[in-house]
Amino acid sequence: MSTAEVYLVLGGVVTLLGAVRLLTTRDRLAQVIALNVTGTGTVLVLVALAATGGGEPDPVLHALALTGIVITVSVTGLALVLVRRLDREDDGG
Amino acid sequence: MTWTAWIPVLVLLTSLVPAVVILLLPERRERLRTALSLAGAAAKVALVVALVGPVVDGRRPEVRVPFLPDVDLVLRVEPFSLYFLGLSAFLWLVTTVYAVGYLRDHGHHRSRFFGFFSLCVVATSGVALSGNLVTFVVFYELLTLATYPLVAHDQTPAALRGARTYLHYTLVGGVALLLGAVWLTVLIGPVEFADRGSPAVAALAASDPGTLRLVVALMLGGLAVKAALVPVHGWLPKAMVAPAPVSALLHAVAVVKAGVFGIVLVVDMVLGVQVAEDLGVLLPLTVVACVTILWGSVRALAQDGLKARLAYSTVSQVSYVVLGVSLVSATGMTGGVVHIVHQGLMKITLFFCAGLLAQTLGLTRVSQLAGVGRRMPLTCAAFTVGALGMIGIPPVAGFVTKWWLGLGALDAGEPWVLAVLVTSSLLNAAYFLPVVARMWWGKAEAGAVLPRPVGPEAPWTMVTPALVTAGCSIAVALGAGLAFSPLSMARVIVEEGWWP
Amino acid sequence: MGDVVLASLLLPLAGAVAAAVAPARRTVAVVTAAGQTVLAVVLAVTVLRDGPVATAPGGWEPPLGIALRVDGVAAAVGLLAAVVVTAVLAHACASPASTGPATEPAAGRSAYWPLTLLTLAGLQAVLVAADLFTTYVALELLTLGAVALVALGGRGAYGPALRYLCLAVLGSFAFLVAVALVYARTGTLTLDLAAAALPPGPALTTALGLATVGLLVKSALFPLHAWLPDAHAAAPTAVSPLLSALVVKGSFVVLLRVWTALGGDAALASVLAVLATGAVAWGGVLALRAAALKRVVAYSTVAQVGYLVLLLPLVTPALAGGDGVAVDVARTAWQGVLLVLLAHGLAKAAMFLAAGTLVGVAGSGRVADLGGTAARAPVVVTAYALAGVCLAGLPPSLGFVGKWALLDAALTGGRWWVVAVLLGGGLLTAAATARVLAATLREPGPGDGPPPGTPHGREEAPGATALPTPRAGERWPALALALLAVVTCVGSAWLADLVLVGAPPGVGG
Repeated sequence: MSTAEVYLVLGGVVTLLGAVRLLTTRDRLAQVIALNVTGTGTVLVLVALAATGGGEPDPVLHALALTGIVITVSVTGLALVLVRRLDREDDGG
Repeated sequence: MTWTAWIPVLVLLTSLVPAVVILLLPERRERLRTALSLAGAAAKVALVVALVGPVVDGRRPEVRVPFLPDVDLVLRVEPFSLYFLGLSAFLWLVTTVYAVGYLRDHGHHRSRFFGFFSLCVVATSGVALSGNLVTFVVFYELLTLATYPLVAHDQTPAALRGARTYLHYTLVGGVALLLGAVWLTVLIGPVEFADRGSPAVAALAASDPGTLRLVVALMLGGLAVKAALVPVHGWLPKAMVAPAPVSALLHAVAVVKAGVFGIVLVVDMVLGVQVAEDLGVLLPLTVVACVTILWGSVRALAQDGLKARLAYSTVSQVSYVVLGVSLVSATGMTGGVVHIVHQGLMKITLFFCAGLLAQTLGLTRVSQLAGVGRRMPLTCAAFTVGALGMIGIPPVAGFVTKWWLGLGALDAGEPWVLAVLVTSSLLNAAYFLPVVARMWWGKAEAGAVLPRPVGPEAPWTMVTPALVTAGCSIAVALGAGLAFSPLSMARVIVEEGWWP
Repeated sequence: MGDVVLASLLLPLAGAVAAAVAPARRTVAVVTAAGQTVLAVVLAVTVLRDGPVATAPGGWEPPLGIALRVDGVAAAVGLLAAVVVTAVLAHACASPASTGPATEPAAGRSAYWPLTLLTLAGLQAVLVAADLFTTYVALELLTLGAVALVALGGRGAYGPALRYLCLAVLGSFAFLVAVALVYARTGTLTLDLAAAALPPGPALTTALGLATVGLLVKSALFPLHAWLPDAHAAAPTAVSPLLSALVVKGSFVVLLRVWTALGGDAALASVLAVLATGAVAWGGVLALRAAALKRVVAYSTVAQVGYLVLLLPLVTPALAGGDGVAVDVARTAWQGVLLVLLAHGLAKAAMFLAAGTLVGVAGSGRVADLGGTAARAPVVVTAYALAGVCLAGLPPSLGFVGKWALLDAALTGGRWWVVAVLLGGGLLTAAATARVLAATLREPGPGDGPPPGTPHGREEAPGATALPTPRAGERWPALALALLAVVTCVGSAWLADLVLVGAPPGVGG
């Protein structure tokens, strides 16, 4: 198994763990964090895929990964706003 | 394309435009609403009259609109279409006059009522003018949807229950019809209605009779729901909760008529009599019709509610039409086709009278009718004509029907049908004559004193329609031999169009 | 024509920015949506006449640049989106309450206008994106806009919005991995080229499976639908129509493209067939039983997504190189499902607008409390009824045409289970609509007992005028959409031709 393939499997495992946590937890903050873990796993898969071809890593896949990261950041922002509002709702405010 | 080609569209527009405008009218614009309804109805009658000449000359005005890439919606005027269209146009006009009177003093939601009333007629005209199976299905289902608000009109829990039952029955029937129609279209392409049946269907009957039998069973099964054949007739008595003009529409003009009209179309203009007989479709149809005729009559005997009795009577009477087309005989088929008009005239008379009795005196049960003839002589006279016609006593229309059906049964070599006809007539007499006798000669119970007559017995807008349709029921029988009588038209349709 | 494609993408984006900063945000939004409708009509007519329109802005080709392409499906759905958004915005102009509860901070409600245009831009981008990278970004834009719109519902909507966000993003990650897999194996992000270069094998199956699951979460196919009824019912009145009619369609169109380009998969198709059947049955039954009106409408969307997914198993044999009959089935099913999609878009938007208005008129969200609304809001109830007719596939409506074509395809291909699903699902939908209609017709009052007086001798309930009635602007947009869903059955042959333009060769495009 090459290094790239190890990372590929690792990425898959991280993604899966994040997804399972996301679907099972009821804690909102944990959900947001799990979402980010899943995103990190996905990016790991993408970067590993870029390296599996051997030779120079493919820049297009890196661009894809970068975009994924950017989008995850904005999604996290929106999610945090919602979590804050939900918490305020719970406090009766 | 000449202007006559567009008449089919105009026929639809004469009721579609009033329907849309009336639905948008506020409740208080009574004059405008009435004027629109009547103008639309009158225009439709005029258009039908204008169509008679071209159709007699052999022209068949037709309009096509693409529906799917290889399927068109087709409106076409055939003699049989014109026959049914004429009936519905005339009875719509009469019923509109009646409904105006019926709802005048204590109606509610009248814009909704008259709007959907007109929409029903759009659907019925569309059913009459359908040139192929797709078009028929479209308008047939539209009829279901347009009648639902009418059945539910009173908005009482009973009315809503009746409307729900009606919808359940007709939608499930519609599903069977739709499946049959699509299946047949898949097998042989768009199915155009044609005299003596479609050639493509005949070819299919030769190559794959089993599948065709299944398809036909689906279509007839679906149509049987609206035609109220036993055992799928249960909605008709439940829908009795509707106001009297709606019942008249359901029983005489639109819904059950669309059902039997469809059955006649499938047998004579999709399959053709010959193919239908070869497939073995007709004998089961005869049996179902006979069972329905007898069962409806037996159930009618037990009803005390006047409208309920009339409803079961409809179950029984409409099946005469089905019986007629299922007999392999030109005479029998003529009897069936002519009964489409005859039953319409007689049954609408009876419902008008039932509505008059309920609205004027609040009488809804047979047991309450003792001596009512002295209070409302015109209404009761009209009722008597309708009842005698249903029994088959000359000189009312029902006699002509039964005569031709009887001859047809002998002609087709099914003499047992004669026994059914005789039994049914005896049952008809058993449930109608006591009503008539009680009206004229019954003694009102002590305490149930009827109000003294003051002025006319009821608004003229309600009495006149009943008298007109009663008069017509006699006229079509007396003038049966004349050109353009329903009987003459039925003979032309059957002998020149359908008979092999 | 490439400029028009680009304009259709930039106009709603520019409108969103303008609506966020300009004081007259309503006017900006409505004018933008109307302009988008004009562009969409131009595109539809052009595509129908000349075939698909393709362009690469700035001359950059993928994978570095962005490729845009408008085929028949994109043109038709784009037109649907523009029309629906215009009508919904018209409704929102007349009814401030439909953009969010009054308890929300004013900033929340004014965000409605730019967010709606942003969502429209996202959907248009999904439709015209010709490469997978752009598609991914566009899908995210659509999701973010939609989630923010749900959150406008205020209290009670934040939870469903968060759940929707998490699941939708999870779906996006799956899709992103699928895209990366395809690129890593083929070196291209353009679907057609990728399809040619990707041989059957585990890589293809994995990519297809990941993309299918990811996109179906976003489209809420049973049993991945759990987020939808909550989110769509909790959203404000002027948001739910956009979500149900448009947003779920975006990911479905992408799925359709990926599935047909990658050639489908027979085993996966069988699974989808079961799930689609489950969706129609489950959504139909729950719509019939739901106590809240907006949940009735939302569950109906769950059922309708099932109809859409039926297409995938129906086209798969043709994609695998089936005979003439298979291609015939695929083509008719393609037309049928896309007509159903358009019909559902119009009708569901009308139904959600009507439902939201009825909730306001009745003062309660429960179906049981709708008594008397038929008298007070006849136009709105009519719109609801017409929409229900279309959704149930009853004539005369666009839904009926779609159902006819689908039945035709199913019978031609001998797929009896599809016939059963279509007919049974139609009956369930009709029953759910009839239940709501009967509730609106019932007389209001304590106990809902029989009203006093003879049936005809009853006057309007005293004080009926004091109860709320809908404003003019709340009545007509819903009715207009519902009428459009009905009358388009006459011009449906044109639409059926349009959706075939540029369709994959396997389905006779």
